[in-house]
Amino acid sequence: METIQGSEPRMPDPDKPYPVTVLGYPAEMIGPTTTYEKVSEQIAGIPLKHPHPRFWFIGFTIAFSLFLMLCGAVSYLVYKGVGIWGINIPVAWGFAITNFVWWIGIGHAGTFISAILLLLHQKWRTTINRFTEAMTLFAVMCAGLFPLLHLGRPWVFFWLLPYPDTMALWPQFRSPLIWDVFAVSTYFLVSLMFWYLGVMPDLATVRDKAKTKWKKIIYGIGSMGWRGSAVHWQRHQTAYLLLGGLATPLVLSVHSVVSFDFSVAQLPGWHSTLFPPYFVAGAIYSGFAMVLNLLIPIRRIYGLQNLITVRTLNNMACVTLATCWMVCYGYIMEAFMAWYSGDPFEKHMMWDRAFGQYGWVFWVLMTFNCIIPQLLWSRRVRTHDIALFFVALSANIGMWIERFVIVVQSLHNDFVPSSWKMFYPTKWDWIILFGSIGLFLTLQFLFIRYVPMISISESRELIAQRKEGQL
Amino acid sequence: MKTPPPAPPIDLAAIRARLEGARGQQYWRSLDEISETAEFQEMLHREFPNGASEWDDGVSRRSFLKMAAASLALAGLTACTKQPVRKILPYVKQPEELVPGEPLFYATSMLLGGYATGVLATSREGHPIKVDGNPEHPASLGASSIWMQASILDLYDPDRSQAFVHNGEISSWADFISELNQLVREEEPRRGAGLRFLTETVTSPTLAGQFEALLKKFPQAKVHQFDSISRDNIREGARQAFGELVETQYRFDKAAVILSLESDFLYTHPNRLRYTRDFTDGRRVSAGKSEMNRLYVVESTPTVTGTMADHRLALGSGEIESVARAIAQQLGAGLNPGAETSQFADWLPALVQDLEKNRGRSVVLAGEGQPPAVHALCHWLNDKLGNAGKTVFYTESAEFHPSNQLESLRELKDEIESGAVETLFIFGGNPAYSAPVDFDLGAALAKVRRSIYVGTDLDETAAACTWHVPQAHYLEAWGDGKSFDGTISLQQPLIEPLYGGKSAHEILGAIFQQQPMRDDYEVVREHWQAEKKWPDFEKDWRRAVHDGVIANTALPEKQVSVKMEAITEALATEKKNAEGIEVVFRPDPSIWDGRFANNGWLQECARPVSKLTWDNAVILSPVLAQRNQLATNDVVELELNGRKIRGPVLIQPGQAENTVTLHLGYGRERVGRVGRGVGFNAGLLREAKSFWRGSGLKMTKLAGSYSLAATQTHHNLHNPERQIYREGDLGQFRDDPQFIKKTIESPPKEQTLYNTDEFKYEGYKWGMSIDLTSCIGCNACLLACNAENNIPVVGKEQVRKGREMYWIRIDTYYKGPLDNPEFSHMPVPCMQCEHAPCELVCPVEATVHDHEGLNLQIYNRCVGTRFCSNNCPYKVRRFNFLWYADYKTPSFKPMYNPDVTVRWRGVMEKCTYCIQRISRARITAEKENRRIRDGEIQSACQQACPANAIVFGDLNAPGSKVAALKSQPLDYSMLGELNTRPRTTYLAKLRNRNPEIKEGQMM
Repeated sequence: METIQGSEPRMPDPDKPYPVTVLGYPAEMIGPTTTYEKVSEQIAGIPLKHPHPRFWFIGFTIAFSLFLMLCGAVSYLVYKGVGIWGINIPVAWGFAITNFVWWIGIGHAGTFISAILLLLHQKWRTTINRFTEAMTLFAVMCAGLFPLLHLGRPWVFFWLLPYPDTMALWPQFRSPLIWDVFAVSTYFLVSLMFWYLGVMPDLATVRDKAKTKWKKIIYGIGSMGWRGSAVHWQRHQTAYLLLGGLATPLVLSVHSVVSFDFSVAQLPGWHSTLFPPYFVAGAIYSGFAMVLNLLIPIRRIYGLQNLITVRTLNNMACVTLATCWMVCYGYIMEAFMAWYSGDPFEKHMMWDRAFGQYGWVFWVLMTFNCIIPQLLWSRRVRTHDIALFFVALSANIGMWIERFVIVVQSLHNDFVPSSWKMFYPTKWDWIILFGSIGLFLTLQFLFIRYVPMISISESRELIAQRKEGQL
Repeated sequence: MKTPPPAPPIDLAAIRARLEGARGQQYWRSLDEISETAEFQEMLHREFPNGASEWDDGVSRRSFLKMAAASLALAGLTACTKQPVRKILPYVKQPEELVPGEPLFYATSMLLGGYATGVLATSREGHPIKVDGNPEHPASLGASSIWMQASILDLYDPDRSQAFVHNGEISSWADFISELNQLVREEEPRRGAGLRFLTETVTSPTLAGQFEALLKKFPQAKVHQFDSISRDNIREGARQAFGELVETQYRFDKAAVILSLESDFLYTHPNRLRYTRDFTDGRRVSAGKSEMNRLYVVESTPTVTGTMADHRLALGSGEIESVARAIAQQLGAGLNPGAETSQFADWLPALVQDLEKNRGRSVVLAGEGQPPAVHALCHWLNDKLGNAGKTVFYTESAEFHPSNQLESLRELKDEIESGAVETLFIFGGNPAYSAPVDFDLGAALAKVRRSIYVGTDLDETAAACTWHVPQAHYLEAWGDGKSFDGTISLQQPLIEPLYGGKSAHEILGAIFQQQPMRDDYEVVREHWQAEKKWPDFEKDWRRAVHDGVIANTALPEKQVSVKMEAITEALATEKKNAEGIEVVFRPDPSIWDGRFANNGWLQECARPVSKLTWDNAVILSPVLAQRNQLATNDVVELELNGRKIRGPVLIQPGQAENTVTLHLGYGRERVGRVGRGVGFNAGLLREAKSFWRGSGLKMTKLAGSYSLAATQTHHNLHNPERQIYREGDLGQFRDDPQFIKKTIESPPKEQTLYNTDEFKYEGYKWGMSIDLTSCIGCNACLLACNAENNIPVVGKEQVRKGREMYWIRIDTYYKGPLDNPEFSHMPVPCMQCEHAPCELVCPVEATVHDHEGLNLQIYNRCVGTRFCSNNCPYKVRRFNFLWYADYKTPSFKPMYNPDVTVRWRGVMEKCTYCIQRISRARITAEKENRRIRDGEIQSACQQACPANAIVFGDLNAPGSKVAALKSQPLDYSMLGELNTRPRTTYLAKLRNRNPEIKEGQMM
């Protein structure tokens, strides 16, 4: 192994397949043997040469089947009405809103990694930011479906938009649902621009490497005439930084606004000032977990260990653990506040959450969201990709259950006991949940098939920085 | 538009000076111009003279935003739907009094169990849409029961029988007439020896007259009456006590202490509405009045009356006799053998003392399921306590030939079996289903050569008879009847028979005369003409039809005396309480004896205590369930005298330990699409000897489970701090009238960051007050609201999922021990909060507040996010999860209230305080240039309420009833601590416990 210069002393560890720091942490942000040419070949080669077609086709078929199931279920939903779900009065929101909040949360990792970590000069983000941004976009698309589908009359969804209608009617701006419309659409647009701006130089690389006419044309259109001139790069970097700055507050604002959907209401279990930071932390938590869940298999299959290094995984695991504790703090504070407030309705809500009819769900949530992720304290788990995959999966499931508990459990036992009812999901609830995962994975598969999933230019920059000893 | 400021006077001197000072040519058009008045300047400034309106602030914030809307391109999405062209034609000849859009009201009457209740039916453009009580009718006083409200749905029921049927094939009136001719030819020679009639209880004077005439023509014919919810025990009890058959009438308004031995006089008694009014009038307490009556109830299964009790004892139906005996013994009845009183020693002396203390001001009564001896004892007790002639009095029966109906039916059955019956007419009642199972009337009917069933449905009896004649609904036919107190009520149709139905009068009339055919109108009118009651028949007949009631025809009080010897004799042998589990049969609180089984409103109406819908159940006490390891929804097999049925278990707190209650009317086999496959037929265990009660029931748990659909599954307030339902004792109120206000700390209205005077509500300010002390939980409001507001039926599956659509619901809470809790009813409509949490969260302004304080729901703006419901702490909003409204069934179209939108899928709906009634009153008032008067608007729930528990009105009107009620010390806001400022407030419930009886001794 070649000696590497850098700010941190690092050394080879005979037990580990990767270089480590003196404290034994993984040291590499980018594989030591990675060169400029190799990066371009490796990354641009995936969309151009389509390696591992079997994996891709099988995966895509499964994802696309789920997506078709979603299409069928949505058609039936629009035909029949939201009554095909298990929702009722008092639990008027069920899986749809749970899924919405969950997907939006997942959609947080991308921008967090791209924007906030960019501003914080966290270089390890370089090799994963493209992928996570794409994931963000797809997650937000999935999320965006649900507020539409959950409407009683989805065909008049545009009444939530401020458009000039003949009755001079406006949306009701005091409603958090309107804030949602703005927050989510802004977030989606900024994320899309940010992602696209990043992907543009790489599309140019693919264009230049493409052998067939149509690929040249399509990637050529996508790269918008990028020639890689210094002026291009200068403007690109400025715009990228500016968008990064613009996206940063959005990371915090979107899920804060989504949390207002609950905290503005006066329902026990929803009405809480804790919600905005708690939701943001939860969003980043589930977002990182989802990134890990997606990247770990892709990294193995496409042999990207040299780009997405153990150090990157380790760092992501650390963020996951940190946000896990923020979420746990949220749980503790919720319980504490319920007791401290002395409010009978809050107290009952908390008691019911833990020991009521949905109590078992709560304890599953605690196990998945708080207990299992504690494995991340172990460096071996953090650096072992399969173990990390399962811990991340646990966090993802846990976060979905958390949304479910917040939405459904709070509603099912509110103020007036005579109205208390249980919510039982129907098959349509499940089909639409898994169908949305199908949509997400379909888009994800198309993305890794047709777009460079790691930023070529930034990876090359990383190599340059390594050479200059800046890493 | 701005109002122009008053014009300043024109200063002529100044004008003169100005004109003189002007140089050059100057034209002036008016004095205003010269004087350069403000108006003239304004006129120059404005394009149009004063009077034309305009946007006077340039570009307003709203229009600026509108112009600037980023989504201008979306304007294209507001696609234009081409509306279909539909032509409407005006009347060529306008019917008299009919103004399109204006309702007409007709007084008529509805018969249930034979007794008439006055009805005021609303007709819109020629079709009846709603039924309410006739305020001038003594058995209604304007109130209605669930059956009255739901009868409108029966009228339009597409499953009603629509054709004459002869031996299973469609026939016609003409064929039927020839059959009648044949019948008359056959029966005339033998003077009607083979002719029998079976009817429900008859009170109709016209029908009675027709029967009498028939019996004159066919002296050998017989008329039998049978009602499956019969009052035989009451009749026999009176016969035992007085030696003659008299009817007992009560004056609950004058009673201070009432003891009910399983009498559900507020719900199943023929005079229920009147009694509810009288009873609740005696309970209303206000700042100045702190007297209220006290109700003791001993019963086996919780009933509406039982839930109103101040002291209730759950006791097996068969053991209630011993309570009656014990009380009688304590009052010196000298029964032999003497009654055992030790088991009631805790509370019996206190109860007896209370009764004695209120001599002449108490009532003792027993239910129709109690044996005659108990009724007789009640008569003796009333006599002994000096109540007779004061709170209790006796009259002749209002029935035609009152008789023991069960024996009458037995006689008919025996005659059929002996082959003596050639022709049998059955008028309604579905006896093949509702008669005791051991009579096996269905099989017996097969032995009758010519059986003619006149009924509204093709039911079990229709199937067993050779002829079926569709009967006209009461809103389609002329008729008459007597209310329980004997008042004669007239029945007039509002619409031609929808399905060619005939009334009983027409069919009986056709036996006498066919050419020319006399219709029911002529029959009824001629009857009253022949009665020669009135000097000027035409005038008074019109008056009577208009009023729906013939005034002052209540039966006179009759003097009778109790014959104690007969009672003692009847009680000589003390019945041993049978061992084991007893079963009691009760009419279903909604579908009665099964006659309303095809009525979706009634099927879906949550039963008063259990809140069960769409099913009957094997109702068990918690102790019995525990002993047999049964839970709600388990399926059990019941065996009584070798007959077996199976049904789902429902555990009912307050049920007597060893009593199983079965509600009749379910498990119908031949019924329309609504009632099909619903519930199980409890009647299959009901033999003549166990007509109301049987003992020795065997119960076996079967595998599998059933799912019952109840609208309320939590009956416990769960936390004493949850001050949703507030109640107290009369004693507490006397000590401190304000005690309810002190139960919870509510934020003072001033403690807010916001401007409390932002909205002043200076015009009308609508509000509602609901008296929890009066509410008996009878569901009349719920059904009235259903009918008024076109509320759809959703079906059992949807109710089970929690999607019932009632705009007002009755919550029932239990308090105290599981085996005998206290019950509390709480009607919950929309609270119309001033700070409505729902409005804040709606993204499209589909729920907004109006200037009179109404929380409006705008259906065509609603996109269905359901956030409003989530944020409603009262959970009174209802959502159309699927297409619930029936747009398809053609016969339902004329039933809908044209003033209320029929809601489509995907929109939220809720109580509107009957805004359509407010609008109507407002239009009337504005035409007359006055304010809406207090009491002019009654919400549908208020109008129906027999207990007067709901009062709606304008809080700003001085002296309005609702404002007065809201200033009462008992007034409180449900969840007021959330600062929602509900316009609907409650008067806390007061109970009047006997301080001598300790809690837990007799709840």
